[in-house]
Amino acid sequence: MAQTETAALGSGARAFGMRSRFFGASARQKLLAFTSLIILIVYFSFASPAFLLIDNVIGILQSTAVDGVLAIACTFVIITSGIDLSVGCLMTFCAVMTGVFLTYWQLPLWTGIFAALGTGTLSGMISGTLIAKLKIPPFIATLGMMLLNKGLSLVVSADKPIYFTDTEAFSLISQGSLIGYIVPAVPIPNGVLILFTLAFVASLVLNRTALGRYTFALGSNEEAVRLSGVNVDAWKITIYGLGGAICGVAGLLIASRLNSAQPALGQGYELEAIAAVVIGGTSLSGGAGTILGTIIGAFIMSVLTNGLRILSVAQEWQIVVTGLIIILAVYADILRRRKA
Amino acid sequence: MLNRRHLGAAVCAAALIGFAGSASADQWYIPLISKGFQHQFWQAVKLGAEQEAKKLDVKITFEGPETEAMVDKQIDMLSADLAKHPNAIGFAALDSKAAIPLLKKAQDEKIPVIAFDSGVDSDIPLTTCATDNLAAAGEAADKLAALIGDSGEVAVVVHDQTSRTGIDRRDGFVKRIKDKHPNIKIVDIQYGGGDHLKSAEIAKAIIAAHPDLKGIFGANEGSAEGVLIGVKEAKKKLVVIGYDSGQDQIDAIKSGEEAGAITQNPIGIGACVVASAVKALKGEKLPKTVDTGFYYYDKTNVDDPKVAAVLYK
Repeated sequence: MAQTETAALGSGARAFGMRSRFFGASARQKLLAFTSLIILIVYFSFASPAFLLIDNVIGILQSTAVDGVLAIACTFVIITSGIDLSVGCLMTFCAVMTGVFLTYWQLPLWTGIFAALGTGTLSGMISGTLIAKLKIPPFIATLGMMLLNKGLSLVVSADKPIYFTDTEAFSLISQGSLIGYIVPAVPIPNGVLILFTLAFVASLVLNRTALGRYTFALGSNEEAVRLSGVNVDAWKITIYGLGGAICGVAGLLIASRLNSAQPALGQGYELEAIAAVVIGGTSLSGGAGTILGTIIGAFIMSVLTNGLRILSVAQEWQIVVTGLIIILAVYADILRRRKA
Repeated sequence: MLNRRHLGAAVCAAALIGFAGSASADQWYIPLISKGFQHQFWQAVKLGAEQEAKKLDVKITFEGPETEAMVDKQIDMLSADLAKHPNAIGFAALDSKAAIPLLKKAQDEKIPVIAFDSGVDSDIPLTTCATDNLAAAGEAADKLAALIGDSGEVAVVVHDQTSRTGIDRRDGFVKRIKDKHPNIKIVDIQYGGGDHLKSAEIAKAIIAAHPDLKGIFGANEGSAEGVLIGVKEAKKKLVVIGYDSGQDQIDAIKSGEEAGAITQNPIGIGACVVASAVKALKGEKLPKTVDTGFYYYDKTNVDDPKVAAVLYK
């Protein structure tokens, strides 16, 4: 509380100062995460010849695509010291809406893409409004939105998967391979390309735009930002809206990959996304974080899952190991903080 | 300092991997990808598969996603298992259409695919080891009808509305009531996700809304056990027919709280997958489907060795 007051006496600029101090530390965490990823990859490649086979590498990349995109969505929100539990179920609802446009209404492909992005943005902005205007804590507001989206998915789809059999091009969004078209030896699916492109764009937004600056500032000291005359509510709604739009991308990716919108899917994905964000060095208390870190975090999760699977480790133990890694990563984050 | 810690994690993982053991090179390797692994039902399928694998001297692994909604996670599992170039694969599809590209890949690599629990809408699997859920749920309808004097109100609590087993058991039950028992009215069908607590709340709500209700059908282990809790809490006497087994259900049937239940043959399903895979590898011809059978069990035959053998606790 005292801290808030002192910072409030200063100005928004002070919050930015804090940010740059955290930034160095966050780079260190990124390095740590990156080193862990390399160790995992080296270890698994020695442990099993199947691990580095091109098919398996593509499998890992593809399994990271959806989780990685969701994690990017969470990164923005978590940097503002908020949380978004609705990302998984929102992804599903976006996929279902695409199904409604393309399969139920037989509209052209681009409308389906807009349906997903629009649904995501709208839902995200509603979350943002609940948090900014009605002062509902983010955890509760997005928990409500999670259930709302989950329920709506089931209602709209009448509990059945919606298949995209009439829209052949739709499966290309995730399953086609532009890279494979140019270099046939590495058929990296488009879904992966979309993940990396989105990560690049998100990184620019976070580091080079006003939106990005306010994302960090809100997480560092919201009160200071408010006192310096910034419309905090509007930025919050925008940031949650952006997170929602990114969930729309995830919805397109998963629907395209499965060639269907699976209405019952989605719950549980938010926790994996949040885990990836935290492993990647973004602090749950806000104000620090990077997209690159999040992507590395997402890859640590998927490499670990795939590697343990390739080694035929019993599934029960796979879960134990994943839990240990998350705890270790967050503990490393705390140690880093203590030093900083 | 921190790196050392991470190394520690890697060593820890390595120890676990050592724990998992390795197979001799000349053994056939057959991974089974199921719809789940935590439920006792899947553990029983796993047990059946392991017993058969030991008998036939093949190596198996058994995996499934955490919930039956995680279609994409299951696809990731299939993809990882294919990367290991197994000799054959056992697969219980959560969504058969979504898995077709990978199953085609298996076919191209001449890896025999054996489907289990629910079919795959394609001719790639050489055979399917499964329960005829429509017929089994029909049997549940007949038993419930007989116990309530072939007239009155009943309700159904199903695990979910999207999975094949959920749909088949619901439809099998509803159709049999409509066709054969015109005086019975199904007043409500609700979905509890196979969750005990949710199913219990659902059962209580249905009982409150329909005071003349005579019976409830719970369409899987979690649903049936939840219904039992709900009936007990509502302090009503109702005819409950369940599905699958599990300690709670077996106890309830013995004590008379539950009239009876349909049991599939999960151990038989697991054994069938491994046996069929081995047959395929030896070049034998397989039937299109293997009906692994079901039994109706109640107080009178719960200890019958034929039934007891397929019940799991």
